[in-house]
Amino acid sequence: MTMINRRSLIKSAGAAAFAAPFINKVALGDEPLKVGYIFLGPVGDWGWTWAHEKGRKEMVAALGGKVTADYVENVNEDQSAIPVIRDLAKQGHKLIFTTSFGYMDQTLAVAKEFPDVKFEHCTGYKRADNVATYNNRFHEARSVMGKISGMMSKTGVIGYLGSFKVPEVVMGVNSYAMAAQSVNPNIKVKLLMIDSWLDPAKESAAAETLANLGCDFITTHTDSPAALQVCEKKKIFGFGQGADMSRFAPHACLTSILDIWSPYYISRAKAVLEGSWKSGDSWWGVKDGSVKIAPYNKSLPENIKAEGDKIMKGWADGSYDVFTGPMVDQSGKERLAKGVRMEDKDLAVIDWYVKGVEG
Amino acid sequence: MSLDLVIAAFLTVVNLSTPILLAATGELVAEKSGVLNLGVEGMMLCGALAGFAVTFACSDPDLADAYPWLAAVGPWLGVISAAVAGLLSSLLFGFMVLTLGANQVASGLALVIFGTGISSLIGTGYVGVAIQPFDQVFPDALAQAPIARVLFGYSPLVYFAFLMVAAVGWFLSRSRAGLVLRAVGENDLSAHSIGYSVIGVRYLAVMFGGAMAGIGGAYFSMVITPLWAERMTAGRGWIALALVVFSGWRAGRLLGGAYFFGLFMTLELYAKASGFSFLPSQFWASMPYLMAVLVLAVMSARSRGGSEAPACLGKPFIPDA
Repeated sequence: MTMINRRSLIKSAGAAAFAAPFINKVALGDEPLKVGYIFLGPVGDWGWTWAHEKGRKEMVAALGGKVTADYVENVNEDQSAIPVIRDLAKQGHKLIFTTSFGYMDQTLAVAKEFPDVKFEHCTGYKRADNVATYNNRFHEARSVMGKISGMMSKTGVIGYLGSFKVPEVVMGVNSYAMAAQSVNPNIKVKLLMIDSWLDPAKESAAAETLANLGCDFITTHTDSPAALQVCEKKKIFGFGQGADMSRFAPHACLTSILDIWSPYYISRAKAVLEGSWKSGDSWWGVKDGSVKIAPYNKSLPENIKAEGDKIMKGWADGSYDVFTGPMVDQSGKERLAKGVRMEDKDLAVIDWYVKGVEG
Repeated sequence: MSLDLVIAAFLTVVNLSTPILLAATGELVAEKSGVLNLGVEGMMLCGALAGFAVTFACSDPDLADAYPWLAAVGPWLGVISAAVAGLLSSLLFGFMVLTLGANQVASGLALVIFGTGISSLIGTGYVGVAIQPFDQVFPDALAQAPIARVLFGYSPLVYFAFLMVAAVGWFLSRSRAGLVLRAVGENDLSAHSIGYSVIGVRYLAVMFGGAMAGIGGAYFSMVITPLWAERMTAGRGWIALALVVFSGWRAGRLLGGAYFFGLFMTLELYAKASGFSFLPSQFWASMPYLMAVLVLAVMSARSRGGSEAPACLGKPFIPDA
């Protein structure tokens, strides 16, 4: 397993371009399958990219000598991603995971040039014969946090620290708000987007802002534990994501969403090895073992823990869905009738917030 | 808006402004001597990591048992280490541009890449651990008091930043050594011909810039978010650079500019969180680029507007050529 940084990758691109026609002729069974990953942040962000990196490592471990996997970290979500993805393909990677929403069009552009390479784009919605999409249902675990906040909030105002208005974040906000409203219909969710996934100073400033404006719970949908450190200092509660962030806020962090990517990565690499890989959209959640929550904080009362477990169990056996109507948007318009569950195709492109979300 | 909220918001402003102010103060001195060091971001990251790592090492429980005083001294050692780390990284730049006469822009960019890379590499071992924040120097009675905290509730580095701005302002405009430094930056050949060591002065200025950038970086990893994350300065080094230009190379305006930036960012957050945004978020996101355009405009017209740009900024000094 080699670590590739962006510069050495670009340097070796010339050589790879030369070698590419030969690599294509090598039968897959003869040597390990080369899997490539494009990462948004550094693998040490203790959040989003860290979780993908963990999935990558677990895949390599699980499939023994049959796969090798390289990654490129800190790839911007702009046109500069195209040459990086292309280089991975030219170097003989036959399965490439691009792990952020902002690589969508770039992935499709490169996929056209390499019809025999399989691409997997995380959190997107555009597909091709050799481009599949995949995502985790983080919003499922987000509803546990909403429930806890709804049961425990004293101010009736809870905060949501977001990055960008993309479907994944909108789902998280709505799930958090609806689960909280199931306990306290009047609860308000203050939403604050910081236009960045990783900017600890701004995450911290935003969390302070939410706390100062009366939020006694903050759930974070950005990539560092900065907001939780603010919660700890301000003596309010918060939730982490991507990894168990309780070590950064032993009192404040009540639980965290755990992104478990390895089941998906293992299954897709296996599919390529067996020749059964097909494009499609995979959206795994609690029931597939792809979304879990970290152990609850010791201070959490038993009845609240039980409510959280009930939701996780409900997601696992299909008896619970936070997006069950009635769903009303911010303007008061009913978007989903009573008792109806939202379909995945609508959920995947959701761009409106439910009533009670401010900001 | 209650007074309490205003004070709480002001604490956020200070947190956002201070690291930029620290780094920009150092860069101001370097640029006044005629050296354009674009590597602020890289030096800040080196400082951020060093400050965190040393503080973390000093908070080791086994060490704390043996040397109980260490935990209290730890953050101060951390700040010193941050300064040293920034200084060492700036020496690398200094060697290239001053001793070897390399292009300053290219070397500065190389320093950013170097600082980002080496801090990420060494920092791998510090991911996932936290330290106590270095965010208070006065006793609780003052620092936590509802009103008094607006004066006393900050990290020592905040007061240090104010002190340094004043000191640098005095140094550049009132002291003899500052006059020499400015002479080197305005006309290197003349300074050289009357016997001043242009290279020596520039080395000192670059080292000072590096040390201040390092301390600015430590403000992220020790005060705002007492943890280490790769690239945690998130581009603030570039803002510090822009700020020096904005301020027209004057220390007083630097202070105003840094706090304007912090205020601007805090207002944005409060506006958004209060459910109204007086400007669409795309506008805020495009701010850095608009700012860059503005800075370029200011630079191209720098003979006007009270700017004190040094005439030899960015020019390599090769006396016998």
